[in-house]
Amino acid sequence: MTTTSTPAATQRPIRLFRNKAAKIAAIPMILTALVVFMGGTIWTVVFSFTKSKLLPKANFIGLDQYERLWSSSKWLIAIENLVIFGLCSLVFSLVIGFVLAALLDQKIRFENTFRTIMLYPFALSFIVTGLVWQWILNPDFGIQNVVRSLGWESFSFDPLNNQEIVIYGILIAGLWQGTGLVMCLMLAGLRGIDEDIWKAARVDGIPAWKTYIFIVIPMMRPVFVTTLVIIASGIVRLYDLVVAQTSGGPGIASEVPAKYVYDAMFLSQNLGQGFAGSTMMLLAVLIVLIPWAYMEFGGRQRD
Amino acid sequence: MTDVTTLDAPAGTRTAASPGLVDGPRGAKPKRAISPRNIMIYGTLLLVSVYYLLPLYVMIVTSLKGMPEIRLGNIFAPPVEVTFEPWVKAWATACTGLNCEGLSRGFWNSVRITVPSVVLSIAIASVNGYALANWRFKGADVFFTILIFGAFIPYQVMLYPIVILLRELGIYGTLWGLILVHTIFGMPILTLLFRNYFTSVPEELFKAARVDGAGFWGIYFKIMLPMSLPIFVVAMIIQITGVWNDFLFGVVYTKPDVYPMTVQLNNIVNSVQGVKEYNVNMAATIITGLVPLIVYFVSGKLFVRGIAAGAVKG
Amino acid sequence: MTSVSIRDLTLKFGSLEVLKSLNLDIDEGEFLVLLGPSGCGKSTLLNCIAGLLDISDGQIFIGGNNVTWAEPSERGIGMVFQSYALYPQMSVEGNLAFGLKNARMPKDEIAKRIARAAEVLQIEPLLQRKPAQLSGGQRQRVAIGRALVRDVDVFLFDEPLSNLDAKLRAELRVEIKRLHHRLKNTMIYVTHDQIEALTLADRIAIMRNGIIQQLDSPHEIYNRPVNLYVAGFMGSPGMNFIEGEISGAGESSFNFASTQIPLSRYPFVRDDRPDKAIFGIRPEHVSCGPAASDEPFSADVEIEVVEPMGADTLVWAVLDGKEFRFRVDGQSPLHAGQTVRIGFDPAKASIFDAARELRL
Repeated sequence: MTTTSTPAATQRPIRLFRNKAAKIAAIPMILTALVVFMGGTIWTVVFSFTKSKLLPKANFIGLDQYERLWSSSKWLIAIENLVIFGLCSLVFSLVIGFVLAALLDQKIRFENTFRTIMLYPFALSFIVTGLVWQWILNPDFGIQNVVRSLGWESFSFDPLNNQEIVIYGILIAGLWQGTGLVMCLMLAGLRGIDEDIWKAARVDGIPAWKTYIFIVIPMMRPVFVTTLVIIASGIVRLYDLVVAQTSGGPGIASEVPAKYVYDAMFLSQNLGQGFAGSTMMLLAVLIVLIPWAYMEFGGRQRD
Repeated sequence: MTDVTTLDAPAGTRTAASPGLVDGPRGAKPKRAISPRNIMIYGTLLLVSVYYLLPLYVMIVTSLKGMPEIRLGNIFAPPVEVTFEPWVKAWATACTGLNCEGLSRGFWNSVRITVPSVVLSIAIASVNGYALANWRFKGADVFFTILIFGAFIPYQVMLYPIVILLRELGIYGTLWGLILVHTIFGMPILTLLFRNYFTSVPEELFKAARVDGAGFWGIYFKIMLPMSLPIFVVAMIIQITGVWNDFLFGVVYTKPDVYPMTVQLNNIVNSVQGVKEYNVNMAATIITGLVPLIVYFVSGKLFVRGIAAGAVKG
Repeated sequence: MTSVSIRDLTLKFGSLEVLKSLNLDIDEGEFLVLLGPSGCGKSTLLNCIAGLLDISDGQIFIGGNNVTWAEPSERGIGMVFQSYALYPQMSVEGNLAFGLKNARMPKDEIAKRIARAAEVLQIEPLLQRKPAQLSGGQRQRVAIGRALVRDVDVFLFDEPLSNLDAKLRAELRVEIKRLHHRLKNTMIYVTHDQIEALTLADRIAIMRNGIIQQLDSPHEIYNRPVNLYVAGFMGSPGMNFIEGEISGAGESSFNFASTQIPLSRYPFVRDDRPDKAIFGIRPEHVSCGPAASDEPFSADVEIEVVEPMGADTLVWAVLDGKEFRFRVDGQSPLHAGQTVRIGFDPAKASIFDAARELRL
């Protein structure tokens, strides 16, 4: 037996250089993850504790920026708007999206046509969406004018010019653009449900609406959670739509945090405020994200 | 149409073949096209469709009217006199407050931004996803997790550090700076997309190629790439619409002469100078939305496949 | 001459030991089957031999060379996979040529090898087709061809027939055997199907939890399993197991309930006689009817269920309170509720130590 006596002929490859090509190929990802995402985030958080104005300066002043932030009426309005917009668009887009998906799931004709119609706004830029709805909601020419010219003279619907309800005007546009996406995610979820569930429910004589509420929706929990996270992370970023539709007006009635941050950083040369505001936004996202990530991935360490 | 069957048929007509069995429904169950259920379903869907289509319709009719007609009529009325002048003006001579070159400059800027961003980000992300799926190395999952987390972090948090980064690289305010930013922010979702796709490719195929002596790049170019064209199309859809529709990065990272189309559009419509020309505004809005709309209508089902993944972009 | 040698091979995934200090020598031209249930480590072992998994410890030799750290393509192996793993976008010819092109072989040599492999496997008419246009059997033939053109000494098969239907599986099984007779390569074949193992193998290695339980010829493994696990795994329907005691030193017998089975003809391999033992006899080694009384042991059993399977019939009966299966001719008129006489030769039985589960 010659084989067993042969000592190891080849050198054991050095660990770092094994799988070399894969590691080189992953360099852009590693740089992005570490330098931009991690590094950038940490940098912003750190500099939110400084007195940076026009340029970032490392003169730390503790929580000063946060105190000023939370005493600024613009920021408070922005937060209030975000909460209203966020809650409403979560509830409405989930409900409307699910109902539409359920309707499309009835083995109807022209399903593709309906889906195409409901989803096309999602392909558009928020700027486009914002400008269209700015035009439709224009009190002099839009819906209000049309209804008045039909004879209902006292009709009033001018959300974009009314400080009290301007955020709802933005909500209408936001829902127009976003519900198609939710519908699509829900439809995919519905299609993922075992056909036999429906057969079993039919044999048991359970009405369709009961099947949806007590069987299908609980089964679709993961889809709902994922959709929720997607909508929520989108809501926090709400910016383009507001800029296009109202530019934050009338006055500061439709400010949102993302716009506050942008304005502070690039218009009013108040970097510290921008950093503090964006750190608060990060915090809000983490509050949603961490429980979700824990639920989604915490249970199973290896896949 | 009737759903009355032979339940009431006289006893004499019963078939002799089945004595003892009461003659009841037989054959195909009658169906009615117009049932309350169908009216409700289709009625609701039609109504919803009107809501979704209305803005598109308003955009188009407004853009085809002259200003006098807009001031007098209502926004839902079709144009009495069709004019394409607003379109010409929106494209060539509309003013942004800085210049009066219309959207054309923004359009070409957007093209020059979108094409390299799409190519670059897909090239990088597909190789990344492939490495993550098939050539896992220690620590890869950690970087990947950070990357995916990055997809959810509000961009505002990273806006300024990237300004510094681009300034250091000397490309702040240029097209290439913006292209780099789009490549960076396209990476999480695209890497996820490709990783998931390559993971679904049977592992034995990969093993067979290794036994056949193909290496990292050999397997990527000769085996994986040719069999994953659909996912590349999905990635292109995500990235083209994403980059084209971007506003925030365009505003932050470019100078006015290289502004992308969305920024240009917003400046035209929301510029405070001069008389508002709503028909020109709407024409400009349509033109800006045209590229993603064409991508959307041409790609059909693949778009739907893409948004489930692309949704993460928000 | 040894073709493949495995020395103290250990594979760990984290803290989980999948293969435990495994040793195996495979002779040149031998057909070795790695057999075991899913998760026993047989495919893992094959992947280690192929170089597709990095081992934690030990050495692998192929054709006298230490290939422990060599790339899969440098090991002189060809591999056939369960899912065929044909490159979908390449034609059959392209699939066969891919490995050779990667090795920068001259074009005419590639063509020669493909022609030969296509002739051996009778796939000449398929060369220009894409894998999607082939049937399952044809695909697996092409997959074998891909290993064939490499002109290597060792073929590795990873459950190659599991995705085929029963009829095709039987056909290709014979074809693989024919191929082995013709090529005389070393073949290592992983399967969970004992029929494949018994029909193809020169030697079978039965694995469980990363350890080879028995490495022997099919005949030995079938007739003289070394432990209770191997005895229960081989054979379908499985061996009858009866718990009881062995009494007497010389003219001993196996006792349970009120039955005594004489063991004078049983070839003991060990000298120790534990208190508790398990007696195993295969259903097909039991005779029934008039011939039964001529066997060294016979008894009456009551039939509970009769399962006709065509060629033969499996009878579930009760032998002195224990469940007992035996196999009779398919034409047999036995029916449930009947009492019949059965008998067998204890020399064909296997007896195990109940505690350690080893053959006595």
